[in-house]
Amino acid sequence: MSAQERKRRERTIHFLQAAIFVVVFGLWEFGARSGAIDTFFFSQPSTFLGRAWQWLAIPGTQLGGRSIYQHLAVTLSEMLGSFVLGVAFGITLGLMLGRSDFWARVFNPYIQVLNALPRLVLAPIFVLMFGIDERSKIALGFTMVFFIVFFNAYHGVRQVDRNIINNARMLGAGERELARHVLIPSALTWILSSLHTSVGFALVGAVVGEYLAAAQGIGWVISQAQGNFDSAGVYAGMLVLCVVVIIVEMGVTWLERRLVRWTPQTDELLAG
Amino acid sequence: MSKDPTIPAVEFNDVSLSFGTYVALHDVSFSIPQGQFVALVGPTGSGKTSILNLAAGLVPPAAGAVRTSGDPVKGVNRSAAYMFQQDALLPWKTALENVALGPLLRGVQRRDAAGEAERWMELVGLRGLEHRYPIQLSGGQRKRVAMAQALINRLPLLLMDEPFSALDVQTRALMENELLALWQNSSATVLFVTHDLEEAIALSDRVILFSAGPETRIKSDYPVPFPRPRNVSEARFMPGFEELYRRIWSDLKQEVMTSYERSRAKA
Repeated sequence: MSAQERKRRERTIHFLQAAIFVVVFGLWEFGARSGAIDTFFFSQPSTFLGRAWQWLAIPGTQLGGRSIYQHLAVTLSEMLGSFVLGVAFGITLGLMLGRSDFWARVFNPYIQVLNALPRLVLAPIFVLMFGIDERSKIALGFTMVFFIVFFNAYHGVRQVDRNIINNARMLGAGERELARHVLIPSALTWILSSLHTSVGFALVGAVVGEYLAAAQGIGWVISQAQGNFDSAGVYAGMLVLCVVVIIVEMGVTWLERRLVRWTPQTDELLAG
Repeated sequence: MSKDPTIPAVEFNDVSLSFGTYVALHDVSFSIPQGQFVALVGPTGSGKTSILNLAAGLVPPAAGAVRTSGDPVKGVNRSAAYMFQQDALLPWKTALENVALGPLLRGVQRRDAAGEAERWMELVGLRGLEHRYPIQLSGGQRKRVAMAQALINRLPLLLMDEPFSALDVQTRALMENELLALWQNSSATVLFVTHDLEEAIALSDRVILFSAGPETRIKSDYPVPFPRPRNVSEARFMPGFEELYRRIWSDLKQEVMTSYERSRAKA
């Protein structure tokens, strides 16, 4: 494919992406105005876009005594907290069990059971344990992020090519150097590829936790709107979350490109 | 090193090796003097790679003793370099970082290790490709990096397991010559596993032929009398080459047939 063709194709893709947005929201708006869609349940794009605009752009707009940005800051700090803790514990334990067959087998049934447990049922327990502030949300997000990172780190260590391990050992690596030069870098690719999922789960933990019991945060905003039968508020909250997710997602992709430049996926990027 | 030059570089005494009930090697004994370039030849599954793994200390023998430079091999052999058959470069390190890894792991300062690695990159003809990752290199270039990685520590024993078997014929001849040139400037002993008889004779001072597995033994042991320095692509036309080739091949052919029949009987 020539550079020009590629560029044209890119443009077509972007055009179609925009077109899908316009068509869906256009039909939604049209349906709502003509009465085909019940705005009580489904609201109306112009209404909730306007609401989101009001929250985000008009200074002094308060939701339960706080601006939307303060709510966002709470949700994001919960997300970050559960993410960092989950990643730290997941990597540590994943590497440890990945290195030791013995302990991996000892812990195996417990990890399987805990992983099979729907994490959301823990939310009420965390509220009892930690109260309705940030800590219960961080705990909930942690239980989700931890397992994803743990399994990826574990497999990353397990699946290192034997030849590469033997090569490093012949070159003079002891256990510690082996971990540093071979096992952790290998696990890192797996962990990074799981970051998209785990960041998403960290956000789910925060928002669901807030939705169930909280005094602030985006989840709380949505739950308040729902309590008032204000569907526009629910959709506006969702919209704000979507924007946040897209920004975070872009950050993760950027990080991934920075950290794993040696994988085949980035090859065409470097060659091109 | 001021070690007694009469001590053999590698010594196998009645070495046996088994994987479960499968006996790979049975009572294998041989001795290799320091500085010799030895080719190990045999049919597929004859345990040639096992010989290298034993000398490297990656697997322990079931019975018998393996010594290098007079010392019994216990755990990973710190005096041996190993060039593997498959790609074993660290894919997350650049070519230069891969080459510098050996010195770094043996306690050389980062800057000195990088300087030494740069020199070796030049020696194997990869100047300008220092900062490429293995995935961005061709098969031949990766082999060159692996060669520099193995040689940079200047260890007395070099183990090579069909290092060039995946390369095309021209690249292969080039790399064989480069290996010989680099080796001739060192005093290293080389164990070179190959299934290619021509390569074995052209490179080595001695060809050891292994019988078909299981229970592999040494079938025969031929000296290769051609003078050095040699040019690999011309060694093939030296007087006596064909004669030697024919003698070893008639031995090898028997073993290949045995190996083939055994694998068919199993299937």
